[in-house]
Amino acid sequence: MGRYVARRLLQMIPVFIGSTLIIFCMMYALPGDPVRAMMGDQAYDPAVVASIKKDLGLDQPLLQQYVNYMTGLVQGDFGTQIASQRPISDVITDAFPVTIRLTIFAFTFVTLVGIGLGVVAGLRPDTLRDRGLLTLTLVLVSMPSFVLGFLLQYLLAFKWSVTTPTVTDSTDFGQLALPATVLASLSLAYVARLTRTSIAENLRSDYMRTAVAKGLPRRRVIGVHLMRNSLIPVVTFLGIEIGSLMTGAIVTEGIFNVRGIGIEIYEALTRREGATVVGIASLMVLIYLAASLIVDLLYAVLDPRIRYA
Amino acid sequence: MTIIEETAGSPAPDASRDADRPLLEVRDLHVEFHTRDGIAKAVNGVNYSVDAGETLAVLGESGSGKSVTAQAIMGILDMPPGRIPQGEILFRGQDMLKMSGEERRKIRGNKIAMIFQDALSSLNPVLSVGYQLGEMFRVHQGLSKKEAKAKSIELMDRVKIPAAAARVNDYPHQFSGGMRQRIMIAMALALEPDLIIADEPTTALDVTVQAQVMDLLAELQREYHMGLILITHDLGVVADVADKIAVMYAGRIVETAPVHELYKRPAHPYTKGLLDSIPRLDQKGQELYAIKGLPPNLTRIPSGCAFNPRCPQAQDVCRTDVPPLFPVTERDGGALAGRGSACHFWKETIHG
Repeated sequence: MGRYVARRLLQMIPVFIGSTLIIFCMMYALPGDPVRAMMGDQAYDPAVVASIKKDLGLDQPLLQQYVNYMTGLVQGDFGTQIASQRPISDVITDAFPVTIRLTIFAFTFVTLVGIGLGVVAGLRPDTLRDRGLLTLTLVLVSMPSFVLGFLLQYLLAFKWSVTTPTVTDSTDFGQLALPATVLASLSLAYVARLTRTSIAENLRSDYMRTAVAKGLPRRRVIGVHLMRNSLIPVVTFLGIEIGSLMTGAIVTEGIFNVRGIGIEIYEALTRREGATVVGIASLMVLIYLAASLIVDLLYAVLDPRIRYA
Repeated sequence: MTIIEETAGSPAPDASRDADRPLLEVRDLHVEFHTRDGIAKAVNGVNYSVDAGETLAVLGESGSGKSVTAQAIMGILDMPPGRIPQGEILFRGQDMLKMSGEERRKIRGNKIAMIFQDALSSLNPVLSVGYQLGEMFRVHQGLSKKEAKAKSIELMDRVKIPAAAARVNDYPHQFSGGMRQRIMIAMALALEPDLIIADEPTTALDVTVQAQVMDLLAELQREYHMGLILITHDLGVVADVADKIAVMYAGRIVETAPVHELYKRPAHPYTKGLLDSIPRLDQKGQELYAIKGLPPNLTRIPSGCAFNPRCPQAQDVCRTDVPPLFPVTERDGGALAGRGSACHFWKETIHG
């Protein structure tokens, strides 16, 4: 077990280097550069731009820039935003907790409601309530989150004034409820479907028949025997979804003006602030990697047939 | 006659009448399944009974209704699509089909237990065997986790699993096939039930282990004086352990007989066909007999005797009249206890 974790942690190093390099190259490949973006529509002197670029090290070859960036990163220096002159680490520490709050809210929603709906439908497959859930989730899966976002924003905030249209204070969970719901909707649909299928399938298994034949009360048959088995694939999926929720937050944060990393990364992209994008994206990569490691370890706890040596 | 010891705490329904009654009696049981292709009549009027300490072997091909009957007795049929339109299942004289769900649950595992065919899929893969065994005591007797574990170890010792105390926390996949089936047996035995239904308990095992498991089952049955319904399609297994046999075909019992009588003188062409299709050393080199055709589709059971399309002796009457279970007698009319045959021509079959 310990060796397995150590191996997985070591494997993260090449994955981390590789993914940052790819993002770095992609930023480099984009047309435009941060200095020109900073100038906006103003007329500018090419000589000035060139000198600023030289000061910032942007005239060096791509690989040299990458090495410079990584050297800084290893020493804990995320770099500085060109336009605002703010250290990127400050930007991240400001925005990250906001996104974390939003993600945790959405994740809790996905887990409770998604699994709940899945169990309710899966226990009675092919009935009206099962068909109803499948239809609802199909709608959620096929609707892009910005459509759902603007729709709910229009109905709940502008028409009925149930909530505020945008989030002004991210520590207020009442304000976060709407963006969290929108953010959660897609994952929720997947989790509900996955749970439903898993429950319906395990319901027919031989060990369930044994559990009934043992004379166990229905509560125990379902709560212990069915759930333990059915939730194994769901837990795996949920772990990976933490990452998707954080990246999905980019759109949702835009709609509801939540000042999290989604908005920061979007703005950095339009200003071609490579260092900011790579910094935030690397952080997300790390979260993804950590989440998948935790899921794999949890998998072994839930399913004794899986053992890591 | 056998006097059945009541376990403490269980209701004693009229003990004087209880003694004359069989432990379990199935009367005219019908089970059907409503499917998209129509109504599949899986069980069509089965009658059998088991006394305490007695072993009834139910023999038949796949789809003959032997497992469905057992599941109806256990109350673990999937309903719907299953339905029991008529019949009675009397356990100690009480019709279980009229009991509430909760009453039946208390009987399951406690008074009537079942052993399934494939122990690997029948045991929960993510719970330790100790937990699954201990569950019986925790649910039915309200023991604590610790007491239940001690009982589980005792049980595993009882079914001769080596190093029981060390293996109690292991999971089903860590055991061999024979050991897993022993765990299934231990689970069924846990509360010392009055009746055990074993649904092809040795089919998934290899031959050497089959014998060990059957011996163990027979030994424990004698010791606890339990009734045993042994469902199988293996004629070899039956001969060693059963007291009486019921042969099923297309959801009906076609022949009943004490075990050795049936092997010596079958009174139904189907039974005869089954016995003739066992390979025998003294007929080495000859072609092995096989019953022609396939078992009938349960949504379209042939009229008359269900076996008539495959029967070498079939006459016109077999295609029109359903034969009841005739009592089988000696040639001179002398009674043969416990024998019956659902064949219009049982006399010709048994007495040649």
